[in-house]
Amino acid sequence: MLRYMLKRLVSLVLSLAVASLIIFAVIEIAPGDPASFMLGINAQPETLAALRAELGLDVSKAQRYVAWVGGMLTGDFGTSYTYRTPVAGMVADRIGVSIPLALYALVLSVVIAFPAGLYAAARRGRAGDLGVMGATQLGVAVPNFWFAMMLVLTFAINLRWFSAGGFPGWDDGVFAALKSLTLPAIALALPQAAILTRVMRSALLDVLGEDFMRTARAKGLSERQTLWRHGLRNALIPVLTIIGLQFSFLFAGTIIIEQVFYLPGLGRLIFQSISARDLIVVESVVMLVVFGVIVINFLVDLAYAVVDPRLRARA
Amino acid sequence: MSKTLILGAGLSALFILLALVSLVWTPFDHTTLDIPGKLQTPGGTHLLGTDHLGRDIFSMIMVGARTSIAVALVALGIGLCFGIPLGLVAAMHRGGWLDELIMRGNDIVFAFPLLVMAILITAVFGPSATNAIIAFGIFNIPVFARVTRGGALPLWEREFILAARVAGKTRAHISVEHILPNVLNLLIVQGTIQFALGIQVEAALSFVGLGVQPPTPSLGRMLADAQTMVGFAPHLAIFPGLAIIGIVLGLNLLGDGLRDALDPRLQRRRG
Repeated sequence: MLRYMLKRLVSLVLSLAVASLIIFAVIEIAPGDPASFMLGINAQPETLAALRAELGLDVSKAQRYVAWVGGMLTGDFGTSYTYRTPVAGMVADRIGVSIPLALYALVLSVVIAFPAGLYAAARRGRAGDLGVMGATQLGVAVPNFWFAMMLVLTFAINLRWFSAGGFPGWDDGVFAALKSLTLPAIALALPQAAILTRVMRSALLDVLGEDFMRTARAKGLSERQTLWRHGLRNALIPVLTIIGLQFSFLFAGTIIIEQVFYLPGLGRLIFQSISARDLIVVESVVMLVVFGVIVINFLVDLAYAVVDPRLRARA
Repeated sequence: MSKTLILGAGLSALFILLALVSLVWTPFDHTTLDIPGKLQTPGGTHLLGTDHLGRDIFSMIMVGARTSIAVALVALGIGLCFGIPLGLVAAMHRGGWLDELIMRGNDIVFAFPLLVMAILITAVFGPSATNAIIAFGIFNIPVFARVTRGGALPLWEREFILAARVAGKTRAHISVEHILPNVLNLLIVQGTIQFALGIQVEAALSFVGLGVQPPTPSLGRMLADAQTMVGFAPHLAIFPGLAIIGIVLGLNLLGDGLRDALDPRLQRRRG
């Protein structure tokens, strides 16, 4: 187990290092100098040089890369070119919207997919199963931002149950905040719930064909009891993996959904920074998202090894 | 032939046909503005109504579908052109350093969520359909490399490959002549799925302004324009959305149907 963890840890660090190099390199080839962009075309050379020094742009690329990575490791993400405030502070404000939104969607996705998957597997080949599978095909095909617009049309504009967008902040109470995240979370959860339902169903069906399930039935358990007691637990291994991976999808997905609901999350921060050519913010936020995805995948790998001893043995 | 396959093929064919027809004919010119006739509801002379500039929605959907399909297809081509050779080479050198290098490279690309990759590329080079294609094309490469390698690995252990090696054929020769035709089924199925994903990706990127730029119509751009008007002109959002769902659903069903049709073992097990 220790050897497996060490091996995964080394690969985690390597992935993060290569990813950071790629992001840094891509941002580096961006045309234009941030300092001249900020000061405009009439800037004096001395002012320009002073600003370049202030932003840390006057040293070599290698030094800047080391400074950037070192800064990120200590929580210093640099200073925004447009707002002149620390990027870390801006990110901290926005992450309080994006992560709860992704988690909320993840919970919804699980709450929808588990019963739906169980129901379909228990009624395999019958009308109920076909209905659920048809619905999941549709769920996968629906673009989440379009579904979000339809939710706004129905529940915000026509029924007036929810507001069409915006976020009151957590200071106004958890209920108000969660309420404003509800429609975005539903929109985000729909395609993921459809995928998870399919995984849940096929994992259960795979388990149902196993010998120990036949034994359970042979010892007199009913179809339902076998499914609940033995089927569900064994089917959970692939399902948990997918749930872990889905969190990264949801996290990245918030970027678009935030646009529909005007939520002040990381996604809006990225788009504002792109239009303002505030590349240091783009660089740091992208690195943060990629960091999140790589670390989640690492944790999923570890969790997988914990529940499936065969994987540890193979490493 | 299964119902899934027929339904999927039918839906996909319908939208591809609409897109192709738009090259020579649309009910109205999608570039003609008609401000007095703006925001007409569906029915009447304009089948699906008109948008805020009086353009015919149905014609725009036809042209938009063409744009979306073209973007998805080119990105698919990039993935196939680079992914298949990489996968074949990795399988050829299975277990070796080249295999390890290719697969770890794949992992790195997978660590970048598609949208984040597109954001990075457009942040630097500016938003355009080309950059959206490049982003999704890069994303497609490891997908096809993995599928090709996964399909090729067990083949290398088979007798007919051994026979080819004994006959003195080089590994590269065998990869192209014997391995590739045998992983083609897998690639066709995965290709259909990535095609469908490409339609969704184009729509998402254009929706947030990182993809196709005005005045070129695309299904995602139509939805972006519709966003502020959804309250009083919902048809502007509903129809392009349904078109996306139709194409994606069709391609996904086609992929599922093809997978079952091309792999009889899978069909039996799933039944």
